[in-house]
Amino acid sequence: MISDILRHGFRFLVLVLVQGLVLKNMELGPFVNPFLYVLFIIQLPFELPAWIALIVCFVTGISVDVFYNTMGMHAAVCTFIGFMRPALLRFMSPRDGYENTMQPNMQLMGRLWFISFAGIIVLIHHFMLFMLEVFSFHDFFWTLLRIVLSSVATLVFLLVTQLLFYRNKAAE
Amino acid sequence: MRNLLVFLTRNYFFLLFLALEFFAVSLLVRYNYFHRAGAVSTANALTGSMLEARDNMTEYFGLKAENARLARENALLRSQQKGAFMDYTTNVDTINDTIYKQQYQYVEAKVVDNSVNRRNNYITLNRGSAQGIKPDMGVISPDGIVGIVKDVSENFCTVMSLLHKDMHVSAKLKKDGTFGQLDWNPPDYTTAILHDLPSHAKMKKGDTLVSSGLGDAFPEGIPVGIVQTFKIKSGDNFFTVDAKLTTDFKKLKYVYVVRNLMKDEQQELQKKTLESDKDK
Repeated sequence: MISDILRHGFRFLVLVLVQGLVLKNMELGPFVNPFLYVLFIIQLPFELPAWIALIVCFVTGISVDVFYNTMGMHAAVCTFIGFMRPALLRFMSPRDGYENTMQPNMQLMGRLWFISFAGIIVLIHHFMLFMLEVFSFHDFFWTLLRIVLSSVATLVFLLVTQLLFYRNKAAE
Repeated sequence: MRNLLVFLTRNYFFLLFLALEFFAVSLLVRYNYFHRAGAVSTANALTGSMLEARDNMTEYFGLKAENARLARENALLRSQQKGAFMDYTTNVDTINDTIYKQQYQYVEAKVVDNSVNRRNNYITLNRGSAQGIKPDMGVISPDGIVGIVKDVSENFCTVMSLLHKDMHVSAKLKKDGTFGQLDWNPPDYTTAILHDLPSHAKMKKGDTLVSSGLGDAFPEGIPVGIVQTFKIKSGDNFFTVDAKLTTDFKKLKYVYVVRNLMKDEQQELQKKTLESDKDK
């Protein structure tokens, strides 16, 4: 239990710092803004009570806001993700429900499940985020292009991270 | 009341979501509208120090360009200094007593090759004839005199370092202006010897030696060395001064080439005088 908290806490720190200090300063053009820190929310354990997950999501968002100087924007989006996450988990649950040994990563849940779960969360996250940022439907298709390209970039980063850190176990 | 509690416990998740979301949105509206940096922004101490640490790391990648930029700026500033201008008020009747005509320009250059441990040391700079460098121009560093340009190619020049047996600099005591000739004291690249300083000069350890402005390579007042010890040899009328060079030749990185705009005029005049002397 303690080790779980430490593990997730460490992941939280690393992802938020990577987001705030590295990815934020990456020059990938005006359309591609990856938000890898969503991986932390994606990887929250299944058995975590929903209300704790909600608060954790809020804290994650506000932490990223601090780096982006966008007070409350990421917090609002992440809180919404935290709110819809239980429903999404229920919708995507395996036939026999989640087992205690299961964790939301590619190696344990399979490539298809992980990519679709992460994909949905990333898409919702990016859609809300970019719409909030623009805060209008003006130039909607440009915003849409940013959403799609950024989501793809985030997903690529996400999958690469998964492959890097879970490679050994997957090979067994 | 009971019903309210039941309602709250039953819908706590949704209510918590609403509360947090409301909080986030109110933050968003408030802070983004007023553009005010709150406690929770990059302005606070924690993230500020983290960003500073990142900057401390990443600024090393730009050091080279930054140094070049600063050196260029320094050269520009030196060209505008009062010492770079020659007092042009030759006629006392002229009222325009604030007019200075520029005599020295400084071209910044980077040391691309250097040595200190040979008897005759040369420095190579990344400036050449394309940048207006000509032989016999002086070279100085922010700390003091470096040497004199010897050969010039299109984009590079070699500089006869002060650490060279043929290199003599006319130096004077900053305090009272008595001057002598400064030579390197091999093999130590940090010391030099000042010869021929008149015995009436008053000095003490730690006095500064600066360029005298005689000759046409260096402007007056560029630091050269610091007096360490001095003595008059028996049967001699002059001081021999051991001086510490102000320029650290081993750490030389960016220097300035001194362009004397009135050099030709001065040389021509001196030549003419010498020739008329011979005719007699």
